[in-house]
Amino acid sequence: MNFKNFKFDVSNKNKDLIPQVLTVLFIVLVIIYFTINAQNNMGNRGISFGFGFLSQESSFDIAFSLIDYDGSYSYARAFLVGLLNTILVSVIGIFFATILGVTVGISRLSQNYLISKAAEWYVEIFRNIPLILQIFFWYFAALRALPLTIDSINFYDISFLNVKGWYVPRFIWTNFSLFFNSIIAAVILIFFLSKYARKQRDEFGKQIPIFYMSLGILFGLPLLTFLIGGVSLSFQIPELTQLSKTIYVYQGGVTIIPELISLALALSMYTATFIAENVRAGILGVNKGQKEAAASIGLTKGQILKLVVMPQALRIIIPPTTNQYLNLTKNSSLAAAIAYPDIVLVFAGTALMQTGRAIEIISITMLTYLSLSLSISVFMNWYNKKMAIKEK
Amino acid sequence: MKSIKTWILVVLASSLLVACGQGGGGAGSKKSKTLDNTKKAGFVKCGVSQGLPGFSNADASGNWTGIDVDVCRAVAAAVLGDADKVKYTPLSAKERFTALTSGEVDVLSRNTTWTLSRDADIGLTFVGVNFYDGQGFMVRKNSGINSVNDFKDGISACTNTGTTTELNMRDFFNSKNIKYEPIAFEKADEVVQAYDAGRCDTYTTDKSGLAAQRTKLSAPDDHKVLPETISKEPLGPVVRQGDSVWEDIVRWSLNVMIEAEEYGVNSSNASSLKDSENPAIKRLVGAEGELGAAFGLDNEWSLRIIEQVGNYGEIYKKHIADTNILPNRGPNQLWTKGGILYVPPAR
Repeated sequence: MNFKNFKFDVSNKNKDLIPQVLTVLFIVLVIIYFTINAQNNMGNRGISFGFGFLSQESSFDIAFSLIDYDGSYSYARAFLVGLLNTILVSVIGIFFATILGVTVGISRLSQNYLISKAAEWYVEIFRNIPLILQIFFWYFAALRALPLTIDSINFYDISFLNVKGWYVPRFIWTNFSLFFNSIIAAVILIFFLSKYARKQRDEFGKQIPIFYMSLGILFGLPLLTFLIGGVSLSFQIPELTQLSKTIYVYQGGVTIIPELISLALALSMYTATFIAENVRAGILGVNKGQKEAAASIGLTKGQILKLVVMPQALRIIIPPTTNQYLNLTKNSSLAAAIAYPDIVLVFAGTALMQTGRAIEIISITMLTYLSLSLSISVFMNWYNKKMAIKEK
Repeated sequence: MKSIKTWILVVLASSLLVACGQGGGGAGSKKSKTLDNTKKAGFVKCGVSQGLPGFSNADASGNWTGIDVDVCRAVAAAVLGDADKVKYTPLSAKERFTALTSGEVDVLSRNTTWTLSRDADIGLTFVGVNFYDGQGFMVRKNSGINSVNDFKDGISACTNTGTTTELNMRDFFNSKNIKYEPIAFEKADEVVQAYDAGRCDTYTTDKSGLAAQRTKLSAPDDHKVLPETISKEPLGPVVRQGDSVWEDIVRWSLNVMIEAEEYGVNSSNASSLKDSENPAIKRLVGAEGELGAAFGLDNEWSLRIIEQVGNYGEIYKKHIADTNILPNRGPNQLWTKGGILYVPPAR
């Protein structure tokens, strides 16, 4: 009987293994065939293949860059500029989409008729209109609605909003590194403090006002560097300059271009609708008995939400919300339509055109999006695991 | 949306490369694979712009017109005997070369600037120039800017991505040592809208393009094109490298239209000039010599071009002058009349 079983196992394993190996082999062969064939045909048509162009001078400028860049830098640098811009708009988008999504999701469950209906209408309208149209809408609506530079909307004479962008003061630091280190120190301190506080609570039932203490450290420590550490901060306020009879521009501050504002707005408004539905599903997914049980042992409404409902709801919310974060990041490639210099516009657009290296550039861009998405997935999976039920 | 299209194109490109196998190209052989395929398909595959009045623009019922379109029509008249047998593929600046090298189109006639790197580096061959253009700037009339010398640090300029315009703009502002804000859109329509809304102070592209796009602004008369030209933009049709017969067909289809104007041959008098005294004219209308045989066509190929499409002067008048885009021919005048249109003789 034993022997018979053993034999059966082996043959079964082989049965599983052989088709798998064959499939992998087939896929590899197809890829090799495609590669060789593409190379041959490119050779026949006089198209060279290679990544040497990345170190060549790009000779085009980009309107908005987080790092030093102009046309004298290389294509590789232009790629980096585009990548950082993609990451920037994705991070901003994810941040606001999450806040808005959670707010709307909770609002939909509100007892207040007006609030829940408003949230419902918001979700139904914004998730059912194609994103590209929303991007165009926010961009051109913003451009049409905002005043010309000379009639800028003025925020207390330090910040200005007009059709060319939002001008904010530039921070000029002295001893910035000390200030920065103090923030890191504060974060580490808070981490240990909260660990200590949890231990106190679990072991001795002592409640420490950890929130206010953390707040104090977070602001107090950096403040100390100002008072005794010689850190100082001054602002360079944007100034109106006249370029010609009717052309004015603000110079000196930091410019947040309208393309970034409208793209981030469109992406977060759109994605927030899906996150809101995830949040609603998550909260509804927690058994009503849990809340009643929590209330019966005397927890407050806030404590019920924070300690009982949310930890369980998060398990339902996180996986589909990861999808939405990935979608938002990939959707940011629509930026090209409104001239926001993301990786698609800068690299898969201008650089592709100037060099004509379609296959190389598109593969790099695809790999970049793949890596971005995988990084988000890895992070969210880690967070999901952290939030999952830990069976003891 | 456009970016997705490009990706599809690239995928298409690679699959086509695979589909064509080793047989693609046919370099150096006397036979032309592109010509054979075109005859088999019954139409010329022509890549055009997504809408540039005067050059390649579709009307409400989808009929394409313009001087770039007429190059493809001329090729169709020469090869297939009917100028209407053309399949147009509208392409963005970004997609155009991939579409050509992958075989989705066989002639790219899309206001494309002839440059060394494009000609030599990416498997393309420029066959001639059908419009001599140059990059200029458009500004608002009330801006107080009357010349490019009035530009100052901080000026913002809208333009298209994926064109030589972006590079020229940088060269220009760098040479003047002016800091500028470049705002580059994928499609011309968005450039127009953004400029119209005041997002940028100036709109820069080829002057013919400026003239054409100005008509799309909400108040065209409030804008003007500055007098300076900051670059050379010889625009012309492009074919794939490696099919010299096809290359010759496209080149000479363009050349005979210009030569026809030079000799006063036009669409209405062409057939009556068969017994002209002038041997050059007789060659043009196919009454003398065996010119078509050189690239596998019959002898009346050039007559069909002139009759069905017209000579260069007729085309220019119809699409560019009468539409008020650029009423003055400027450099796009025959060399005999003070312009720089000069083509090798068709003999």
